[in-house]
Amino acid sequence: MTALSIGVPAKGRLKDAAASLFEKAGLALRKAGHERGYRGVIEGLDGVEVVFLSAAEIVHQLRAGRIHLGLTGEDLIRETLPDVEGCVEFLAPLGFGRADVVVAVPDCWIDVANMADLEDVAVQFARQHGRRLRVATKYLNLTRRFFARHGVAGYRIVESVGATEGTPAAGTAELIVDITTTGTTLKANHLKVLEDGLILQSQAHLVLARGAAWSGEATSLRDVILDRLRAVFS
Amino acid sequence: MAAESAQQFEALEAQAASLLDVFRAAGYERVAPSLIQPADIFLDQIGETLRGRTYVFTDLAGEELCLRPDLTVPVSRLYLERHPEADVEARYCYNGPAFRFQPRGPSPTHPREFRQAGIECFGVADRASADAETVRLATEAVREAGLKRLRLRFGDIALFYALLDALALPERWRVKLRHYFWRPPEFHALLSRLAKGERPHGNGAIAELAATLERGAPARAEDLVAEYLEANELPLSGNRTLGEITERLLDYAADLRADPLPKEVATVIDYYLAVAAPPREAVDRVALIAKGAGVDLTPALEGLTRRFDLFGEGGVDLGTARFETEFGRSLEYYSGLVFQIEAEGGDPTTPVAGGGRYDGLLRSLGAPADVPAVGSAIHTERLLGAIGEAS
Repeated sequence: MTALSIGVPAKGRLKDAAASLFEKAGLALRKAGHERGYRGVIEGLDGVEVVFLSAAEIVHQLRAGRIHLGLTGEDLIRETLPDVEGCVEFLAPLGFGRADVVVAVPDCWIDVANMADLEDVAVQFARQHGRRLRVATKYLNLTRRFFARHGVAGYRIVESVGATEGTPAAGTAELIVDITTTGTTLKANHLKVLEDGLILQSQAHLVLARGAAWSGEATSLRDVILDRLRAVFS
Repeated sequence: MAAESAQQFEALEAQAASLLDVFRAAGYERVAPSLIQPADIFLDQIGETLRGRTYVFTDLAGEELCLRPDLTVPVSRLYLERHPEADVEARYCYNGPAFRFQPRGPSPTHPREFRQAGIECFGVADRASADAETVRLATEAVREAGLKRLRLRFGDIALFYALLDALALPERWRVKLRHYFWRPPEFHALLSRLAKGERPHGNGAIAELAATLERGAPARAEDLVAEYLEANELPLSGNRTLGEITERLLDYAADLRADPLPKEVATVIDYYLAVAAPPREAVDRVALIAKGAGVDLTPALEGLTRRFDLFGEGGVDLGTARFETEFGRSLEYYSGLVFQIEAEGGDPTTPVAGGGRYDGLLRSLGAPADVPAVGSAIHTERLLGAIGEAS
């Protein structure tokens, strides 16, 4: 009988790190049935069903309460859920999948150092070009909230799902909001991060769905998984 | 809130018919712009705040579209399609649904689908009389529909601009203050920064470059910036020009050695923004503040007084009305008089109708120049609810 289900990345940058972390914690993930299946179990821990999903799908399943636990990036959670605290609880940061979500502008903008400068540029840009600054990003909600908090309004978002760093040079956007780990890609594309342009320091987390069916058994299985994962870090 | 029963649907339909009767009798032509609008125009004009609340989608042909979040922009587009030169007077009325995403889920006060009935009046050069006509019709329409006890709230963006123009300020600060007016917290932070004489911070090399630009020949400034970029391997790319970057560096240099904003000027702005009173009393108070500051706001204040006179002549009761200098600070496309109609005792954050003057919008939608434009939209479900509560 399945008492608790846990969503684990089936692909993407978090997949391998997630599998090896569970292995180290003595919670080896095994696919059920054939190799390409999307269901699995944790070896030696009965009652747990593993669901292999994309990182984005894990967020949706957590919101819907269809899985109890999920392993995904904080950036995706904060981008996707309108009510983060009401929907989920961050149980443990996992030490991998680190990425900063940042605001970056062309490095030739030597007159721009921070978010306040950006709004002044937006005014000037609208006057000169008759339109708003365009921000290329896949983080629509994070961008909107962060810009609103900094009083920046003279912009519009253009959605970008790949090669976002190239958009300012290509002329399809003026600036970007994107993830960066070392900053190398930004530099290579002649972009610089604004002084106060760090939106979020993200990493992979074990996340709990408040809306899932939490039986007594599910709760004790959760504690077992959490204890073993924590033991890896201590 | 969509009508969920035949009874509710019929009540809304009957109310809409009564609203439109008032508008049509005044010579307003009924129009019905498309529910589905090109997303681009909205996104460029309304900004991200409203975009975050707009249903945007891509159709099978790859075109980016949206469900209209209000009717002012679609009706303005319709006017420009009919009159690309925007050189004739036109009066339109409408009733139909608009859509807004509600991040916390739809509720009776924040529905994701609601019906707006309203009017838009384009190209009328006598702005005071067009403003008065709009306020009068909106008021009359909600009264005819059954809302007997209502309260009007006014503001005037143009009056604030007139005050800024009259005060002794460097132009670059005036531009900033105008721009930040729409976001009160940032506006007040900026004002206090200017009054304290806080220097802009920035890295030393850029400050040095900026100072050099100003000391040297400003005519050569662009060349110097180009040399700096080249020496530091910062290739110019993207859509901002060398001229734009240079202009901001010169402003920055000017800010570095500028005197603080005189305390009196900051105080005048603060006093002005604190005015909230019955309309005529508010005008007197602003006049007094202007007099104390030694600035002349006579034309703007006379314009406002004339509007209040016209409201009275048109039968609009100003007995319970308020004029607030802060009102209208959240709707960026307005350019002059703004107003809302509240059910008496109702929540001011959920008015039954609102509107104002937006002379700049049509130009940004493609008109050759600014076009006088004023309108009002009624939130019909709220109106029906307010009438129900009152009876």
